[in-house]
Amino acid sequence: MRFVPHSEKEKSEMLKEAGVASIGELFKDVPEKVRVKDKLKIGEPLSELELRREIEGLAAKNRSAKQLSLFLGAGCYNHFIPATVPAITGRSEFYTAYTPYQAEISQGMLQAIYEWQSWVCILTGMDLANASVYDGATACAEAMLMAGSARHRKKALVSKGLNPEYLKVLRTYAGANSVELKEIAIEELEKDLDEDVSCLIVQQPDFFGRVEDLKGIAGKLHEKKALLVVAIAEALSLAFCEKPSEYNADIVALEAQSFGNAMSFGGPHAGVIACKQDFVRQIPGRLVGKTQDIEGKEGFILTLQAREQHIRREKAGSNICSNQALCVLASTIYLSTLGEKGLKEIAGQNRENAKYLSEKLEGLGFELPFGDSFFNEFVAKKQGMREMHAALSEKEIVFGYPLELEFSEMRDCVLLAVTEMNSREEIDALVSELEELL
Amino acid sequence: MLNPSDRKYSKKHEWCRVEGEIAVVGITDFAQHTLTDIVFVELPEVGKQAEAGKQLCVVESVKSVSDVFSPVGGEVVEVNKELEQNPGKLNESPFETWIAKIKMSNPQEIDSLISAEEYGEFVKGLE
Amino acid sequence: MKLVFEKGMNLSEVEVIRHYTWLSRRNFGVDLGFYPLGSCTMKYNPKVNEEMAKLEGFSLIHPLQPESTVQGALQLMFELEKMLCEICGFERFSLQPAAGAHGELTGMMIIQAYFKKKGEKRTKILVPDSAHGTNPASVSMCGFEAVEVKSDSEGNIDLDDLKKKMEKDVAGIMSTNPNTLGLFDSNIEQVCEIVHGKGGLVYGDGANMNAMLGICRPKELGIDVMHLNLHKTFSTPHGGGGPGGGPLGVVKKLVEFLPGPLVEKEKEKYKFGEVGGSSVGKVRSFYGNFGVMVKAFTYLKAIGAPGCREVAEIAVLNANYLKEKLKGHFKLPFDRVCQHEFVLSDEGLPNGVTTNDVAKRLIDYGFHPPTVYFPLIVKGAIMIEPTETESKETLDRFAEAMIKIRKEAEENPEIVRGAPHSMPVKRLDAVKAAREPDLRWRKH
Repeated sequence: MRFVPHSEKEKSEMLKEAGVASIGELFKDVPEKVRVKDKLKIGEPLSELELRREIEGLAAKNRSAKQLSLFLGAGCYNHFIPATVPAITGRSEFYTAYTPYQAEISQGMLQAIYEWQSWVCILTGMDLANASVYDGATACAEAMLMAGSARHRKKALVSKGLNPEYLKVLRTYAGANSVELKEIAIEELEKDLDEDVSCLIVQQPDFFGRVEDLKGIAGKLHEKKALLVVAIAEALSLAFCEKPSEYNADIVALEAQSFGNAMSFGGPHAGVIACKQDFVRQIPGRLVGKTQDIEGKEGFILTLQAREQHIRREKAGSNICSNQALCVLASTIYLSTLGEKGLKEIAGQNRENAKYLSEKLEGLGFELPFGDSFFNEFVAKKQGMREMHAALSEKEIVFGYPLELEFSEMRDCVLLAVTEMNSREEIDALVSELEELL
Repeated sequence: MLNPSDRKYSKKHEWCRVEGEIAVVGITDFAQHTLTDIVFVELPEVGKQAEAGKQLCVVESVKSVSDVFSPVGGEVVEVNKELEQNPGKLNESPFETWIAKIKMSNPQEIDSLISAEEYGEFVKGLE
Repeated sequence: MKLVFEKGMNLSEVEVIRHYTWLSRRNFGVDLGFYPLGSCTMKYNPKVNEEMAKLEGFSLIHPLQPESTVQGALQLMFELEKMLCEICGFERFSLQPAAGAHGELTGMMIIQAYFKKKGEKRTKILVPDSAHGTNPASVSMCGFEAVEVKSDSEGNIDLDDLKKKMEKDVAGIMSTNPNTLGLFDSNIEQVCEIVHGKGGLVYGDGANMNAMLGICRPKELGIDVMHLNLHKTFSTPHGGGGPGGGPLGVVKKLVEFLPGPLVEKEKEKYKFGEVGGSSVGKVRSFYGNFGVMVKAFTYLKAIGAPGCREVAEIAVLNANYLKEKLKGHFKLPFDRVCQHEFVLSDEGLPNGVTTNDVAKRLIDYGFHPPTVYFPLIVKGAIMIEPTETESKETLDRFAEAMIKIRKEAEENPEIVRGAPHSMPVKRLDAVKAAREPDLRWRKH
């Protein structure tokens, strides 16, 4: 397990050249009384064999999506990852590289991110997109701050259909920045829309899986010079729903995990912000631009850096530095591998599988309280849900997300996600189990 | 480049030419040279109340961001929209390219600014 | 190279793999060579870390699965947190922040919440002039006013300036130790005393932790809240810009403000604890970059306690060795024992050769350039951090290249000022890229 290549001989040669008698002398500025004198209680070094045993042992204590029947989404989705993705992201020229500030030595990563930015614009219809932010939730929060700074207003409205995790993060960022945040039902927009509101944040499809009709909302907001921010937690829905540009969204806060990134217990995922040209100076995060070199050859470079923290410092709109670059590289490979056709196909399978399950459930007496206009996620309701969920867990079936965990008034409801990873056999097996229980 | 004598200067490298009750404001050759290629000018809003010595607007180059300070106080009545498309003009002809026009609220503030000669000496001292 | 779209919107696997494999060959990772980026700690990324993060038991688990089905993941988070607490001396760590800057922002929120609860109105945070840009940006992002504190001629925080500026309306100070000049701030304890003396808190930017692993615990210096960078000190790969991990550690009195939930252990079971009413709230969805945590955990388990100390010792030895080799050829503004990194300046370079030119010429010699033009308090700063994973041989070759370039600046400046000559592109027009932004491909 040697990550330190020095021999004893080399160490003493180096000490001599460094002008000190011992390594201890190099730490003379560290006050004696703060030195670590005990041994750190983090164990002895392990050989690679011992190490693997221990870590694999921990992994074996978890039940993965291959061992369980997972019908769970709620902001994180189990999707197929083609072999091309790890083949490329596993190349150390990419994953052991630093941020491409030195453009000439990083044309590979820069071009890949330019392609990523392009893919996001193609799928959302927006004018530009950034290189990434941490996740969909922080993308949402940064979008809220963007709108506030573009409109010089301190109030933001947010739809009650927003993912609760996203809402929690919005509240945190709003609180730190003295932004007044108000949750509303979209139908009641006019009641709360005044000249202090910078934006309305909606999710599409919403947390309950509903594909909303958002035509006309942007118009109402723009009348009052407010902006429409659309949050998208399930990126694959972009191949099924209308593009946000088609209903005149101003800013899109997208979670790209569904494109080529494993669930990984919640992270790393990949947030992205896309927007209209008008907001190019407010958008946070890195941007890759195409330009030419001194001999006229085409090349790529990080641009508009004067927006960012390393130049603007306390005047920067956002402090973001490290982002999720490798994760969006994975997404770019995913999208390029599937292509527009493949993406539509997979999206179609998602919808079909979800519809298939929803119909079977209706046949068993389940209710669909939010209707059947959904993509791959929907809410099902039946009395005795808690017991059903527990019984199915015993059979290694995760029957969705029990909504009463977030919404106490939604007892007996679960949020079910069905993707291309849930085969017909798996769905039929679930239905059989339910039949037995009922 | 010679600093034209038809106007006054600030030690923060802005020039200020008086036209009646309007102060026309720009940046000097020394300023544009230090900033290097200017890529963006965040023009002040028309109607903004400028204050002598306080930030009027922001100028961006590829590697830095700098404040432009207002030499005098008053209302910003006009901004040079040409700079939105062509910020490089500030580099090409800093003394011919104005940034903002301010209706002075206190014309005496002009007297606190320095002459072309004094500014030239000041800049020599910096180099 | 053509864009992937220019080949079509529905490509075969071969076309996709060829395209991106070729792109990878136009990139430079630590596995290819030396990456002496100061403040970034570009150490070698152990391959076993990557294997462990890919295990299906870690990568194919959903964050909202029943806790009984993810005991291994919860145990890993719990034990990682304990190790970080042991290394730094803090009471608890939140693993939620996804990057260092994210941790800084969270830290600022905690400081804000602390004073709000106390009923004290403090609107300012002190930031040294040598600080990384994320520091003042995080301060502003939280509604605080960043007030600059000067460095003295030794590169330490100027105590007189600090005493002047530390008032009752100042919530605290953001400090980096060792500082961004690579020097252990010998005033740090007094800095903490002065700030604490007026009721303020001390934030520690842990980017330079590589020099302190096993040597010194930040809490003992007086730091109240501090972030670590998993993608720096703890060997997780940079990924071309991310993902990283910015866990945030706090002293006891600030634990209640941490974003939650934290992992607790009851008897032999692991679970997510309750989130208290004083928590600043979530700073990202779910629990943080778990996949990155797996790598950092694997690393710490691999090197153990003796390994931590060795990391700091060799990182500091490597830096001092390289510094001594280069100081005769480049200006060294602070000629004293450095920690894990040191800063040179381009002052005195002949024929108008700048730091930028030197950086670009190093590319021709097969090295990634060091960090340039940071910190701002040194003219034309060149910040060099070798890390402990580089051999003496690599350091010798690097020093040789730097010395050659110094000579070229004298005898053949054009070759330096026109560099790089060996890359797919020459110097790029950054002005055009900013004045006429082309940020995406469009179908015609």
